[in-house]
Amino acid sequence: MGSRKGMALAGAIVGALAVALVAFGNPVNMGICVVCFIRDTAGALGLHRAAAVQYIRPEIIGIALGAWLMSLKGGDFRVRGGSAPLTRFVLGFFVVIGALMFLGCPLRMILRLAGGDLTAIFGFLGFTAGILLGVAFLNGGFSLQRTYALPKTEGFVFPAIQAALLVLLVAAPAFIFFSPEGPGSLHAPLVVSLIAGLIVGGLAQRSRLCMVGGIRDLVLFKDAHLITGFAAIFIVALLGNLFTGNFKLGFSGQPVAHTDWLWNFLGMLLAGLGSVLLGGCPLRQIVLAAEGNIDSAVTFLGMVVGAAFAHNFGLAASGAGATANGKAATIVGLIVVAVIGLVNMERVQAGLKGEMSVGS
Amino acid sequence: MALKTVDARGRACPEPVLLTKKALQQSPEGVEVLVGNSTSRDNVRRFAESRGYKTQVKEQGEDFLLIITR
Repeated sequence: MGSRKGMALAGAIVGALAVALVAFGNPVNMGICVVCFIRDTAGALGLHRAAAVQYIRPEIIGIALGAWLMSLKGGDFRVRGGSAPLTRFVLGFFVVIGALMFLGCPLRMILRLAGGDLTAIFGFLGFTAGILLGVAFLNGGFSLQRTYALPKTEGFVFPAIQAALLVLLVAAPAFIFFSPEGPGSLHAPLVVSLIAGLIVGGLAQRSRLCMVGGIRDLVLFKDAHLITGFAAIFIVALLGNLFTGNFKLGFSGQPVAHTDWLWNFLGMLLAGLGSVLLGGCPLRQIVLAAEGNIDSAVTFLGMVVGAAFAHNFGLAASGAGATANGKAATIVGLIVVAVIGLVNMERVQAGLKGEMSVGS
Repeated sequence: MALKTVDARGRACPEPVLLTKKALQQSPEGVEVLVGNSTSRDNVRRFAESRGYKTQVKEQGEDFLLIITR
């Protein structure tokens, strides 16, 4: 699975599962969307009250538990943390604000392109620009510093939270919100979603599939390893969409998407830059959290809170386009993330410690 | 001559590879890189081998020491 072929196979299976999940009932071009699904789960818990997007998505639970089980099996479960956790929380928060401006995480961006949604091209361009900006920070010595070993029990909390969400989903107590209509009401049967999630999580853990790492490593190291997975998802999802009749080429009338090119671009610029600074896309953050990375678990919580804010304050875009509040939040996000990038650069760090003379 | 050691333990992607890249620019004859997980081990190894280096991996408790030489 560590090989190029293994990466291509993992991507191909993820792409095929995404198409299958749509056939089983998920919204079109949303077989898997990590950010949208975190948002739906936040809504189901009442953290936001947007009635159209409330459902505890079993895919997220499956991805987390699948990655957790696979990491235990492969000896990759290592509990660690302490690499700027609160900074990561803020980055996770704004990655979601950017992604919900575009209406999709990097994975859904690929799925939208594979469904013929040409508005996603602007998202892809913004995403690429964000990654290039992130690479500039990395080359300038950006680092959130290292993690340290933590007690093993700490690593079981994240999978336990996911298991608790599964219990809430199955038991469906009255205080959990389930969308009667809208995207939140569209979902594959629970067992299908859960199994698909488990497979995606297991594969993503083994292969280290990461949407943001593909372009990043290609630029930084001329390494095409991770982008192989990205390309495989696109190709298989494209073929699958053609086969199932879900391919619809064009700009207008695309499912859960808007045509505002500038804000599609800026939203994914924010998501791409934030993801590079985090060291991985939202999917990868869940996998890392499952492997015992507590900082990534904190990032996940930041994403949950970001999703709640996005719908409590009208920041998320919709088919009708971007909102004024959402535009403001995206700009604020770009500024905050750029400041995080700057203050965590080696030179600035050294300057703060007084190790460097002024003007050097 | 002993190789210079880079401590990349606990660093998020892609820092271990970036640190290796910088170290190899300074010491083209080779370096040792200490990483804390299998992802970083594989990433650093893939990078070194793509640049024509040989890598040898030694397990050190929970960590991995990669010896990168020409």
